[in-house]
This record gives sequence, structure tokens and C-alpha cells, in this order.
Amino acid sequence: MSATDTDVGAALPKVRVDYLPLLLPLLLAVAAFPFIPSTSTWVTLTIAGLAMGMMIFVMASGLTLIFGLMDVLNFGHGAFIAIGAYMATLVLLPLAAWMQADSVWLNLAAVMPAVLFAIVVTGALGLAFERIVIMPVYGQHLKQILITMGGMIVAEQILYAFFGPQQIPLALPTSLRGSFQFGEAAVEKYRVIAVLVGLAVFAAMLLILNRTKIGLLIRAGVENTEMVEALGYRITRLFVGVFMAGSALAGLGGVMWGLYREQVNAAMGGELMVLVFIVVIIGGLGSVTGCFIGALLVALATNYAGFLVPKAALITDILLMVLILLWRPRGLYPVTSR
Amino acid sequence: MSALLSLSGVETHIGRYHILHGVELGVPEGKTTMLLGRNGAGKTTTLRTIMGLWRASRGEIRLAGERIDALGTPDIARAGIGYVPETMAVFSDLTVKENLILAARAGEMDQSRLDWIFGFFPPLKKFWLSRAGTLSGGQKQMLSFARAFIEERKLLLIDEPTKGLAPAIIGALIDCLKEVKRRGATILLVEQNFRVAQEIGDSVSIMDNGRVVHSGTMAELARDETLQHRLLGLSLDTHQ
Repeated sequence: MSATDTDVGAALPKVRVDYLPLLLPLLLAVAAFPFIPSTSTWVTLTIAGLAMGMMIFVMASGLTLIFGLMDVLNFGHGAFIAIGAYMATLVLLPLAAWMQADSVWLNLAAVMPAVLFAIVVTGALGLAFERIVIMPVYGQHLKQILITMGGMIVAEQILYAFFGPQQIPLALPTSLRGSFQFGEAAVEKYRVIAVLVGLAVFAAMLLILNRTKIGLLIRAGVENTEMVEALGYRITRLFVGVFMAGSALAGLGGVMWGLYREQVNAAMGGELMVLVFIVVIIGGLGSVTGCFIGALLVALATNYAGFLVPKAALITDILLMVLILLWRPRGLYPVTSR
Repeated sequence: MSALLSLSGVETHIGRYHILHGVELGVPEGKTTMLLGRNGAGKTTTLRTIMGLWRASRGEIRLAGERIDALGTPDIARAGIGYVPETMAVFSDLTVKENLILAARAGEMDQSRLDWIFGFFPPLKKFWLSRAGTLSGGQKQMLSFARAFIEERKLLLIDEPTKGLAPAIIGALIDCLKEVKRRGATILLVEQNFRVAQEIGDSVSIMDNGRVVHSGTMAELARDETLQHRLLGLSLDTHQ
């Protein structure tokens, strides 16, 4: 509606709720179905895709908020993924006996402290990274890219120096090994847990963003930081909080990915960053819902393509991003105008 | 009448551009001061510099005698300044209610104040739970006003509120401003529409090339068409 409406109480135009992006993962799954030889394989691939998507979402959700709110291109985000996974090994390796025990409670007693430790350490490192590395380069994108990539390399080398160049095995706890059987389809227990954790993180983020004043400030700040400040809110504190939360989520994602792959290495953060950036771009910068849908799309496409055309799996994500951006140049649910 | 807000020798640079060249300005308490001038004269820059959105490179800005030019924007807002920017800057992704929740920094919104705002701007009540991005231009301006009025402020900075709006909406905004004035608010208002300026303003400062080139009462300026022509570049008939 134009700014020259004469009726001050004019009815609002009907808001079109944009459901189409929400349906894309479902459409992709349905579209893949005829090409997969058996239903059980399709179910297994789909659940695997959903689990992988949730893990990528957990890692990427922090980055999209950091970019949306702070206008910071953090290429160092991957460092927190790797550090989170390594921190988990510090707790889990000494507790290997509890991990291998048949008791769910002993398994939990090992996994929960490891997850909490990874979250706390990556959150605290996020605080230091924002204050020391990011703060001097606010508003300078080129310098942000250079300095955060530099931070990523330094972090990777520090991990090599402390933990050595070899991969560190990170076994799943006994209670998460094995699979559930649905007819002929076998679904790994850990993948179900990953889906549940991802959904819980997504629900918590939506709840915080939509039902709390902090959430309102973040949403408002993603749109217009200047006006948030002009209303009297110190947005730098919000920046720090969001950066810490984003880093902690990357750490949590790193732990989940490490347990999924049952191994940890210093380069894992850098490798995952490609997927994370694709997801953030597909979703629309600053959008948590877009990031969620983007992560599911990327993971499902990777899984289906990996099964059907293994040689094409490498380019699937790039192709998906190109197609989405041709359709919606600013991503599925763009929030910022940047 | 003492000046609630005073600018003394204020200079502002934006990048390598020197925009304000020693602005001298006083805004008397309880009065409405109009800031007029041609496009590019530095009016918006002056308001943004007062808010700390662009830093003054030289000079002093005082609010109730206290220097505020070294403060950050949030602290300037907390000192009691409400800001209605030229762009309205409502948060499109938030509802009308959520926009006002953020503006009511002290906590709960005062229901009687809210009812008073609804009295002037009924669409805000009607579209209370609608996303601000779906409002029309005029309704967005009402919301931008409401954000500034939802709490008591010492000073209101309002930047070209009638720009691009239809007469019916301008009328509602003027009525609201008159009532805010009647309640004793201090306002610094940038306005291109001279008729609106005449209707609301008590005093006037005119800017040209980043300086205040004239200060006086609105009544004097309204009477003196030669002065209007010389300072604003247009006669009363055309400057509306």
C-alpha cells in the first residue's frame, strides 16, 4: 500500500502467509520417492536426511542470527563447531566406561556434562572472540572475512597443537547404538535423538524470539539496529549475548556431529562451514525459520543424491542453492535488507 | 524561557563530507521549535547528531544543561529524548503491539496513555495484532508517533512527519501534535510543509549549508514574506 492512502483507517491488505517454503522439504521427499527402489530405503534416507538437517540447523541458526543482527560475516563460526566437539571428548573419553555401560542413566551422566561443558566453553570463547576479534571490525565486511578466517585457521592449529593431528574417536553411548525397526526400515536411534534435539532447539528459538522482550529486541535489531538504539536499548549487549548463544549452538552442533560421525578432527568445522553457509543463504539472512527449512532441504538433497547419483552428491547443495536463489534471490524467508 | 536543548558550534562529518558547520540552536522548554530549510541544508543531520546516530566532531550539545554529545545513542534516548525519524523506521516484522512494547522501555504500557494515543490514531487499535509491515504509509507514521509518545519524554525530535502523506492523515498528525504541545511537551520538528510549520511552531530556526542562518518566532516569519523568500527560497504560496 502506498504512503498516500487517504483513509487513515483503511483495512489492511490480506497478509499472504508464505507456506510454500515450508512445504519444500516435503515436496522434495515426495519427489524423491519414485526414484528410490524400496520404501524402507526411502524411509531410512529420509530420516537420515532429517537428522543431518537438524544438526546443520543447530550449527547454522546461530550464524544466521549473528549475521542478521550484527551484520557480521563470521567465517570463524566453524571453529566453535570443532571446539565444541573436542570439548566433548575431554569429558567423554575419561568417562568411557559410563558410555559403554548398559545403563541409560550412566550414559546420560556422561553425555549431559559433555554437552554442557562444550556449550559453556564455546559460549565463553564466543564472548572473547566477539570482544577481541569482531568488535574492532564492525561495519567492515572485508576485514571481517579476513580476520574471522584467520581466527578459524588459528583455532584449527591450536586444536592440532593440543590434541594432535589424528582423529579422535567419539563412540556413541550404548543406549544410543542400534536402530528402531519400522517394518523393513531401520532407523538409527541416534538419528531420532538428533531430530528431537533439533526440533527442541528450533522450538526454543521460536519461543524466545516471539514470546520474550529479548526476542523482540533481536527481531527488531535484525531489521534496524539504529532504531533499537534510538529507543534506548544498548544493542552492543544484545550483540554479545547473541554471539555467545550462536557460538554455544555451534558447539552443541559440533558435539552432535562428532557423535554422529563417531570421530572428531580439527578440520571438521571448516568442512561443515560450506554447508552452514549454503543453509544460511538459502534460508534468507537472519531468518531462523528459513535456516531450518534450508538445513532440511540441503540434508535431504545430499542424502537422496548420495544414494541415487553418488558422483553428483558433491554439487547437489550448490545446485540447490542456485535454484533457490534463482527463484528467490534473497533466500526463502529474508529478514534483513542487507 | 530557558533552552531545554542547546547546540553550540556543532560540526558533523559523514565520511569525508563536512555536513554541519557550527550549528547554533536553542529549543525552549515547553515550546515547539520548527527547523526549516532547503533540501540538503542539514536538518536531518542535525537531528541525527543530537540523537548520537552521527557523532558531532566539534561543539557541544546540552540537554537540560547536561552535555550529551559524548553519550551513546541509547543513553541519549534514556536521557529523555524521543525520536521519530524521517523513514518512520517501524519494525515491520513486529506487530503494532510489539513495536509499542519495545518503545515502552520502563516496562508495562500505561493504559490511559495508550487510550489517548488510540483516540488520535484509531487504526493502531484496529490493527493492534497486525504486523507493522502490512500497515499503509500513514498508519506507519501513526505508529512511529505512538512509539515516541507512549512514555513521557523531555524532548521529542520529529523529522518530516507529513512527507508523502495524504491530507487526512496529516490532519490527524497535526491534531495529535497540538495536543502533545498543549500538554507541555518540548518539540524540535523538521518540516518542509510551511503551512504545517505555521500551524504548530512557536519558534523557528532556518538552516542553510549546514548552519542556522535565522532564528526567531514563527509569527515573525509568517508575517514576513520577503524573509521567507530569502531564507526558504519560496514564497508562502508555493512553499506548502
